Amino acid sequence: MERKLLSGDEAVALAAMHAGIALGTGYPGTPSTEILEAFSELGGRAQWAPNEKVALEVGLGAAFANARTLVTMKHVGLNVAADPLFTAAYTGVAGALIVVTADDPGMASSQNEQDNRRYAVAAGLPCVEPADSQEAYDFFFRAVEISGRWHLPVLFRMTTRVCHSKSVVIARDGAIAAPPATHFEHDISGRVMIPANARPAHRRLRAKLAEIAAWGEGPEAADLNRVEPGDRSVGIVTAGVSYLHAAEAAPGASFLKIGLVNPLPIELARAFAAGVERTVVIEEGDPVIADALRAAGIAIESKIEMFRFGELDVARARRILAGDTTPEPAPARGKPPELCPACPYHTVYAALQKHDCIVAGDIGCYTLGVLPPYRAMDTCVAMGASIGVGLGLRHVLPEAEARRVVSVIGDSTFVHSGISGLVEMAYNPPSTGHVVLILDNGTTAMTGQQEHPATGRTLDHLPTGKLSIEGLATAIGIGSVTVIDPYADPEGFERLLLDRLASSELSVIVARRPCILAAADIRKWEQQAAALRAQAPAQAAFDLPLEER
Amino acid sequence: MTTPTAGPAATTGAVTNVVLAGLGGQGVIKASDILADAALRAGLDVKKSEIHGMSQRGGSVTSDVRFGAKVLSPMVPRGEADYLVVLASSEVEVTRPLLRPGGVLLSPDLVPDADLPNKRSLNVALLGALSQYLDLPVEAMLDAVKAALPERLHAVNERAFELGRSIGARADRSRP
Repeated sequence: MERKLLSGDEAVALAAMHAGIALGTGYPGTPSTEILEAFSELGGRAQWAPNEKVALEVGLGAAFANARTLVTMKHVGLNVAADPLFTAAYTGVAGALIVVTADDPGMASSQNEQDNRRYAVAAGLPCVEPADSQEAYDFFFRAVEISGRWHLPVLFRMTTRVCHSKSVVIARDGAIAAPPATHFEHDISGRVMIPANARPAHRRLRAKLAEIAAWGEGPEAADLNRVEPGDRSVGIVTAGVSYLHAAEAAPGASFLKIGLVNPLPIELARAFAAGVERTVVIEEGDPVIADALRAAGIAIESKIEMFRFGELDVARARRILAGDTTPEPAPARGKPPELCPACPYHTVYAALQKHDCIVAGDIGCYTLGVLPPYRAMDTCVAMGASIGVGLGLRHVLPEAEARRVVSVIGDSTFVHSGISGLVEMAYNPPSTGHVVLILDNGTTAMTGQQEHPATGRTLDHLPTGKLSIEGLATAIGIGSVTVIDPYADPEGFERLLLDRLASSELSVIVARRPCILAAADIRKWEQQAAALRAQAPAQAAFDLPLEER
Repeated sequence: MTTPTAGPAATTGAVTNVVLAGLGGQGVIKASDILADAALRAGLDVKKSEIHGMSQRGGSVTSDVRFGAKVLSPMVPRGEADYLVVLASSEVEVTRPLLRPGGVLLSPDLVPDADLPNKRSLNVALLGALSQYLDLPVEAMLDAVKAALPERLHAVNERAFELGRSIGARADRSRP
C-alpha cells in the first residue's frame, strides 16, 4: 500500500474525495485554507464563498438535496457561521454535512484562541477530532458515516498542529465512493424552523445525541474512543494532538484517547478511571473534557491553569503529569513578520501615520501596519469590524478627533463582512462623515493569495462574475467613491485622504494595486481568463460590468 | 566521499530530531519538505511540523522534522534537537536553545555565498551538509530534492547538494 506524506489538511481533502463529497465550500483562514485547495487539485468541486456563513448555508442546501458536503473555516469563522449552525442541528441533513473548524491554540495566525469544542456542546452537534494526518483521513470517513446515519451536521475539529503537520497516511484501497444521487424531498416540518416545528426538532436533536452518546461508548466506536491499557499507576484521558505529546511524555501509561469529543464517552471514562490509580486529563485549550468528567462525578486531575494558554507539547505534557508549575523557558523571539518590502500599502500607512489618524483596522496582511515603523492601527477585533468600530468612534468623539478617524479594510475582508458596515454608514452617517479606506490588492493575501468575488475568478482561477467594489459602494449610497493607486501616486493619495478627512461627506477610497506576491500569478490568470473568454464568447457578456451588459 | 557510520541520533534512541530555521522566503519549509520526503522514501515513519501563515511576510520560520521507527509528537521538544540547520545567521542565536547538548549546528556560513551555484539553493546545500550526518540513503535525499523542485532547477540544486555534502564531509562532526 502506498504511503503518502500529507498534512492534516491534505489528508482531509483526500478523504473527502474518497468519501464521495460532492461539494466543498468555505472561506480562507489559516490553518484551514489548504483543505479546499487540495480538494480542488484532486479533482473535487471546491469553491470559496464570500464568508463562512454563506459557505455553511450553501453546504446545508446541498446536504438537504442528499449530497455529501464539506464546509471549511478557521475557528473564528465558525462565529460568523454560528447562526445557521445552531439551527442546522435542528433541521439536520439528508446527505451528509461535515463542518471543519480549524482552531488555533497559541494564535500562530489568529486574533483569539477560542476552543470550538464548545460550539459542539452549545449547538448539540457530534464532534470528531483527529490527532494526526492518518486519523484526519480515517476519522473523516467516520464523520461522514455519523452525519449520514443520524442526519446531523458533524463538526470536524482540527488544530493548527494537526492541519499543518505532515505525517504518513495510508489511504483506503479502492475506497472511492461515488457521490450519492441528489434529489429533493419535501420535509416542511423538518426544515422550516417556525416555533411549532422547532420545538419537536429540538427534542429530536437531543434524542439523536443520546443515541450517539451510547454508540460512542460501545465497540462500534472503538477506533474513535480508544482504550490503550498500560501501566495502571497513571491513566491519561486525552484528545487530538495532545494524545501524541502525552504518549511521548509518558510511554507505557494507560490511555483513553477520545476521538468523538462530543458527546463524550462518559461511562468509558468512568470505567477507565476506576482501573487506574490516578487519572489525568491532558487537553489543549479549555478544560472541556475535564469539566465534563468532573460534572459526571469522575475523580480526575486536570492541567494547571497556566497550560490553558497556547499549545501543548511534550515538555508541557510532562509538566502536567508532574504538577510542575515552575516558570517555563521563554520561547525563542525571532524576527516578527512585516509588510513585504515592495508592498503597495507602505505609502498608505506612511500617510496615516504622518497625519496621526485614528485607525480602525481589520484582519489581513495590512494588519501588519500596526508594527513599527508605522504603528498606524488602533483597533483590530474581527473580520469587517473596522467599519462599525470607526463609525462608533466618529459618533461620540469630539469633532477634532472624530475627523481623524479612518476605517481601513482589505478587499477580501470587505466582501466577507464589510458590506453591511458600509450599509450602516449610509444609514446612520456620523455628523463629521466618515472615510473608509479599502485596500484592494486583488487577492486574499494573508492566507496565501486566494481568490474572492471581487477578483472575478473562482477558487481554481477561472473567470466568473466580478463584484465591483466601487460600484457596490456607489449603489449603497456613498457620496464620494474614488479609486487610486497609492503606490504609483503617493502624493495624490495623501492629498485625497486629507481632502476626504476635511469633508463631512461619506467617503470610500479604494486604494488599488496588486499584491506584490500575487501580481505575476494574477497576470497569468487574467491572460488565461482572456483566452477562455475568446473561446466562449457567450461567457463574455457575463464578465462585463453590469452597466455594459 | 565518506559516509558517517552513526550520527548523534544513535545516542538518543530511535527518533532523529532536526530543526530547520531561517526567515520567510528562504526556503526553510521547502527544505523540511525535502528532508521529510527523503525519510519517507527510506521507509521510515516521519512527521514534520511548522507554524506558517505569517512566514511569507519575512518573519522567523522554524520547521521540525522527526523520523525513525515510530514518531509520536510532531514537534521537536525544546533542547532535544539532534541537528539544527539555520539558513539565516540572524536566527542562529535565537534558535540555539532548541539544540540538545552535543547536538550539531549547521549554520549558513558553512557554505560561502560565492561557492553557491545560485543563492536561492542555500537550503539544498545545507541539506547536502546535513546528509553527511544522517543514516538516510543519499539517493533518497536527491530523489526528494528533485521531486520537490521543477525540472529546470534540478541541475543547480544537485550541484548545491553536492557542494554542501562535500563541506559536511570536511566538517568536524564531533562538535559544531
